[in-house]
Amino acid sequence: MTHRSDRILDVRALARVEGEGAMHVRVRGDSVEDVRLDIYEPPRFFEAFLRGRRYTEPPDITARICGICPVAYQMSACAAIEDACGVPVDGPIADLRRLLYCGEWIESHTLHIYLLHAPDFLGYPSALELAKDRRGIVERGLALKKAGNEIMELIGGRAIHPINVRLGGFYRAPVKEDLAALGRTLRVALDQALDTVQWVAGFDFPDFHHDHELLALVAPGTYAIERGDVATTGGPTFPPRQFEDHVIEEQVPHSTALHARLAGRGRYLVGPAARYTLNRQWLSPLARQAADAAGLGDECRNPYRSILVRAVEVVYAVDEALRLIEEYEPPDRPALEVPPRAGVGFGATEAPRGALFHRYGVDADGLITSARIVPPTSQNQASIEDDLRRFVGARLDLDDKRLTAQCEQAIRNYDPCISCSTHFLDLTVDRE
Amino acid sequence: MVIGVGNEYRRDDGFGPTVVARLTELGLGDPESGVTVRATDGEPTRLIDLWTGADLAVVVDAVRDGHDHGGHRYELVLGELTDLPDERSSSSHGISLGSTVELGQALGRLPHRLVVLAVGGHEFGFGAGLTPEVAAAVEPVVARVRDLVG
Repeated sequence: MTHRSDRILDVRALARVEGEGAMHVRVRGDSVEDVRLDIYEPPRFFEAFLRGRRYTEPPDITARICGICPVAYQMSACAAIEDACGVPVDGPIADLRRLLYCGEWIESHTLHIYLLHAPDFLGYPSALELAKDRRGIVERGLALKKAGNEIMELIGGRAIHPINVRLGGFYRAPVKEDLAALGRTLRVALDQALDTVQWVAGFDFPDFHHDHELLALVAPGTYAIERGDVATTGGPTFPPRQFEDHVIEEQVPHSTALHARLAGRGRYLVGPAARYTLNRQWLSPLARQAADAAGLGDECRNPYRSILVRAVEVVYAVDEALRLIEEYEPPDRPALEVPPRAGVGFGATEAPRGALFHRYGVDADGLITSARIVPPTSQNQASIEDDLRRFVGARLDLDDKRLTAQCEQAIRNYDPCISCSTHFLDLTVDRE
Repeated sequence: MVIGVGNEYRRDDGFGPTVVARLTELGLGDPESGVTVRATDGEPTRLIDLWTGADLAVVVDAVRDGHDHGGHRYELVLGELTDLPDERSSSSHGISLGSTVELGQALGRLPHRLVVLAVGGHEFGFGAGLTPEVAAAVEPVVARVRDLVG
């Protein structure tokens, strides 16, 4: 190929990323001068939108931020407002929340694995070509994802923006018989999930290693999903209430998303690889066996292998859902009363893409005085840019088209959720 | 099966859910109506799951049609959908309606008849409420859905 020292690459759409955004790369000679990932963040709109609303509304309103992970927003919102009002929720209601969240993990991860990410590893431009060529594989993915949908519909009332969730719990709790059919579906899904791990383990993973600090919730005794303290690989563990003491968010000129960093330390990553690295010991025996058989070690620091972690987490989520169904006893009441109280509350849960923090101020009349939402993708932004800088630097000999395609694949490793105000990811590489 | 696609917190992208809400008010979707009415965000596998096995699926959606104001109405049937440009409403996913139809085709998961009633949107930023031109298209599209489902 012709090697040019300076170039500009402009790509008008990054397909198969949950949302939209822009990436800009500047190359001078043989070095990468600048990499910027622009993310347009809906939570900022919602933070303003929520002020002055009733304290009961954030779970329903924030569920609209992302069609792929509404439960994450609902659960973090409920946790934060219940914290502000001094009403801890545990027991069977907390178990039902965890079951609902398992449904979302199954749905979100399976969508990403089969329709968005696997085509990269198998050399297909999209899931459509994969489906034409290997219909059975995609059908397995759709069936597995549907098991997640069924949990969402039964516990949440519907698969998108679940309507059965409320402060303190649910409007209606299922009876045991409701869950029996779901159990049958999930037993089939467990085989599909194990097959998925085996399938993904056979992919060819490019060699790439990062040493970012990792951040995830931890809840000793269980793989953290709907609750936990905040742990990092390089610092202290702290409760969600102290999140703002440890994580600094800064506005950067090129993005409406804020960049997050750990106070005194710097960039970090959240998401499946961080969760796995900090929680591996709490996987169910079956999920841990699947991880071992797939060759995942004690930690995951190659972003390409995040697809393997997602597949293992699907096994865990199905397995955990089956356990929760097996042990389910309906709560005495579907929801606890959560009377308003003036205060500030913090909530953190593990969205499929990583830790999601909410903080709300509530006044004595039950009106929201302040709202803060810190989504996983914006926490990852600085680390993604750093990885892309190294990634592009090692591939400057590629022509623009191939470099663009490989950058897109690299971005998809992080499963960014970048719902935003434009419909495209513009990838621009300037070679000067 | 009637499916409203979109997000009511993304201005004109709320067109599909608004039409669905209006149809529900009018009783379409009641058990005796024989019609299922759903709102969804347009995520492809959910659309495919919803329309699989239906004799007729009517999908209502807002699209970017390049006009300088919203409100233009379109009616497309199955054969015309796979030629759509690879973009659509502002929902948070990377697979267009046209590609979703193609995916359904590849998997043998299409309804017997598929009709898309689309309206050109003007404003897809964050916020609630349709722009006036798009809001004006709600009742005509509701009427057309009722014609189609008989």
